[in-house]
Order: sequence, then structure tokens, then C-alpha cells
Amino acid sequence: MNRQTQKRLLGVAALVIAAVIWQIIAEYVVGRSFILPSVTDVASAFVNLLGSGTLLADLTASLEHFGIGLIAALLLGVPIGILMGWFRVADFLLDPIIEILRPIPPLAWIPFAIIWFGLTTQAAGFVIFAGAFFPILTATYSGFRDVPKVFVEAGKVLGCDTSLELIRHVALPAAIPAIASGIRIAMGVGWMCLVAAEMFGVSNYGLGYQLWHNYYLHQMPNVVVYMLILGFAGLIIDRIFRNYVERQLLRWRAGEVA
Amino acid sequence: MSGVKITNVGKAFPKEDGTATQALAGVNLEIRDEEFVCLVGPSGCGKTTLLRIIAGLETATTGDVTVDGRPVTGPDPKRGMVFQEYSLFPWRRVIDNVAFGLEMKGVGKEERRKTADRYLEMVGLSQFRDAYPYELSGGMRQRVAIARALANDPDVLLMDEPFGALDAQTRNRMQRELLSLWEQTKKTIVFVTHSVDEAVYLSDRIVVLSPRPGSVREVIEIPWSRPRDRTSAGFAEVRRKVLRMIDESENTQ
Ligand SMILES: Nc1ncnc2c1ncn2[C@@H]1O[C@H](COP(=O)(O)OP(=O)(O)O)[C@@H](O)[C@H]1O
Ligand SMILES: [Mg+2]
Repeated sequence: MNRQTQKRLLGVAALVIAAVIWQIIAEYVVGRSFILPSVTDVASAFVNLLGSGTLLADLTASLEHFGIGLIAALLLGVPIGILMGWFRVADFLLDPIIEILRPIPPLAWIPFAIIWFGLTTQAAGFVIFAGAFFPILTATYSGFRDVPKVFVEAGKVLGCDTSLELIRHVALPAAIPAIASGIRIAMGVGWMCLVAAEMFGVSNYGLGYQLWHNYYLHQMPNVVVYMLILGFAGLIIDRIFRNYVERQLLRWRAGEVA
Repeated sequence: MSGVKITNVGKAFPKEDGTATQALAGVNLEIRDEEFVCLVGPSGCGKTTLLRIIAGLETATTGDVTVDGRPVTGPDPKRGMVFQEYSLFPWRRVIDNVAFGLEMKGVGKEERRKTADRYLEMVGLSQFRDAYPYELSGGMRQRVAIARALANDPDVLLMDEPFGALDAQTRNRMQRELLSLWEQTKKTIVFVTHSVDEAVYLSDRIVVLSPRPGSVREVIEIPWSRPRDRTSAGFAEVRRKVLRMIDESENTQ
């Protein structure tokens, strides 16, 4: 048996044991599903939710919120990061504004998200944007600041004669690994903001909204189902992104990757 | 004609405290077309700075540089540069590194790859065309960097201690290969080195710079044919002479 299968088997075994312990504690020690739903409670809640069809709709709604926020963060964060990283004047100009806005917790934007956008997909997207924008901006900025000088000079002597050419052919490719790890951080932050945004009533759909809604209904097994789905979805999104980035970057970056 | 004319070039780097580091002062030098010139001198005397001024990466505080009669105002693909540190773009395959300059000129993919292949073959790295730079040894990377500079068909090739990081054996091989490239392409080469041995082996003329602020202290013609015998008495004598010149100036600093 090789290491990899050994690792898998032990991992599965640990999960099974944890589930059994959970079941025993929930059923015989706690004994109240409201306080600690058992594994079987959660499983049957999951089956019921699947049957009702809302699960998929909520997952789709959440992914939509997440997608809007992340794409907006990319569309603004990368170009502004490039401007600030490449042009000193842009840095001096924008830095004070960024420094004031950055420490504001993304969730503090929720009231204005609701006032500006109403209870729409955009409102939820905006809160996620508020969380994802700064990690992307900062990573792009420092990725550009850290482009080795010799690459830029090589670009110049080889015929890049405008900033645009240098950015496009030298600085951006050199900064891609930094930007990629910024995006990964942004996705983690964005996912957390998603749950909070939906819970705080920015929208009437989504996994976070349902989690909170089921808490009001005292449907704690359902709450656990939503918790687990949120965790899994976050994990899968991160994995997909990481695998993609690794495949792209591993070709030229042996070893260390975002 | 691709001669380089350096007239009264001086360079001062401003410092934080308001004073300036005078790196070069009153450098006068004329480099002939198709000539192989080495710049040597004590470390910190401004060799790199002078080369960067010729490249257009740095502007002279006084004086001017012309190539082919035209003043240097900024970087230009007509003046190729091989840097001391590894400068290949790690995200591009070897072939696309070599083709970079042609890509910037707007040459089509097929054509620029064909040209790049030719230069890769010249430096003997055809079998690595699809590799990424991290897969190459230090010597190979510098060969690719040379091919990349040559692919632009520059008038002048500027090289800043390109073999400084290589082991002695690789270094000797690279020197032979560079001479053969030079004979094939007939570029004007300005080569900075801190190895006097390398300078004597390679150059038509050795330009010895004085310590900071650097200026031309002596120009030594080496009329011998190539390949040169490093073990010959004549070779040793020139080497000793140049070394003494550098040592002296270092001691009088
Ligand atoms: N960008 C710079 N800013 C300030 N000082 C510099 C800069 N580049 C070089 N110098 C100074 O100019 C002098 C000459 O440097 P350099 O040309 O690198 O010498 P060499 O290549 O002969 O060793 C040194 O004293 C160095 O510290
Ligand atoms: Mg130097």
C-alpha cells in the first residue's frame, strides 16, 4: 500500500469515527436535536431539502452573488492595482483613499448595499466585492512593485517602448503569480462575506439566508446542512481555482505556487 | 557602420543627502564598427554605468554618446544588451524568449519563430527550444540571452559581465562560442568584465577605466589573431600589465 492510499484510507477512517462519536454524543449524551442534531438527523434533513429543490436554487443564488462580487473586484482591483503599482503619481494619488477605505470591515457596507441596491443580487454582490476588492488590489500592486528591474530593462532594450507594452508583455506576466494568490485570498474573504451578507438580509435567497431562516424556524438539522454545504462549496471553489492556477503556472514556475 | 562614439561622458547619481556620487567623469572613447572592446577596471568604477548609458537605460549628466552618428536618447533594439543577472522571462519558453524582440516589432508568429530557431541553433540550444528558463543551467540561460539579443539584429551588442556567475570551465567555453558568434554576425561588441584574463582572450582593445569617478585610463590594443593561447608568454605579459594598472589605481584610491 503506498503513502497516498494509506493517507486516503486513514482520512476516511477518521471521518467515519468522528461521525460515529458525533452520533453517539448527539443521541445518548445530549439527546436534543435542537441543541445538537445527530448525523442521521442531518442526513434526513439533507434528503428532504434535496427533494424540495430549494437547495440547488439557493446554491445557484449564492454562487451568483459570489460571482458578481468577485468579477467586479477583479475588474476594478486589477486595473487599479496596475495603475498604482506602475505609475508613481497614481500611487500617491490613490493611496490615501485606499488606506482610509481598506480598514472598513466589508460587512459594515451592508446598510448602504441595501440602500443603494435594495434587496437585489447586486446588493449581495456589492458586499462580497467590498471583501474581495482589497486583497486583489494589494496583491496586484505589490506584484507590480516587485517585478524585477532587469525584466523591465530587458523589455525596454528588446523594443517595448510604451508603458502599455511593458505592462502587457513584461510586468503583468511577471506579476501573475502574485495576483493569483491575491485572488485566492479574495475568494476566501468573499465567501465569508457572502454568508454574512445573506444572513444580514441583503437578499432573500442563498445558502446564508437559508441558514439564518432555518435558525428562526428552529430547524437545526437544516442549519447544519447549510453549514456543511457552505464549507464544501468554499472548499471546492478554492480547489478548482488552485488546480487551474497550478496547471498554468507550474509550467514555468517549478515548485512554489500561489 | 556601427561605431560608438563616447564624448566627455560624465554621470552623477544624486544621493539622499543632497550630494551626488560621481560615477563617471570625462569619458572619451571611440569604438569602431565590428570591434570587440572590453571594459575593465576596479569594481565600482562605473563600467556598468557606462554600458547602461550606451544602452540608453541611463542618461549621462554631461557629454553624449552616438551610435552610427546618431545620438542615444533611450533604449533601442538597435543596441542589444546581455545583463549580468539572469534576465530571461521565466514565463516564456526559450523559443519565445528569443522571439520576444521580433514580437515587439510586429513580426508574425511563424516568421519570428523561424528566425529565433536560427539563433538558437547558433548558440547550440535547439533541443531546448520548448523548455522554460528554470530548466536551463546558468551557462545555457546566458546563451539564450545572447540569442535573444542577436535575434533583434542589433548594431551593437552590450554585455555586462555575462559570464561572471559561471564556473571557469563553462566560462572558457562560452568565451570561445561568443567569439565564433561575433565572427559569424560581425557585431560591434562592448563587453564589461572584471576578469582580465577574459578581456585579453576576447578583445581587439582593452579599455582600462580609472577608479571612481571613472574615466579612460589606458587603451590597450591586442593585435593577435584568435583563438588565443592563454598559456603563451605574450598573453601572460599583457594580463600582468593590465592587472598592475588596475591594482595601482585601486591602491591610490
Ligand atoms: N542607480 C544608482 N544610484 C546611485 N548610485 C549608483 C547607481 N548605479 C551605480 N551607482 C554608483 O556608481 C558607481 C559605479 O557603479 P557601477 O557602474 O555599477 O560600477 P562597476 O560596474 O564598475 O562595478 C558606484 O559607486 C555605484 O555605487
Ligand atoms: Mg558592474
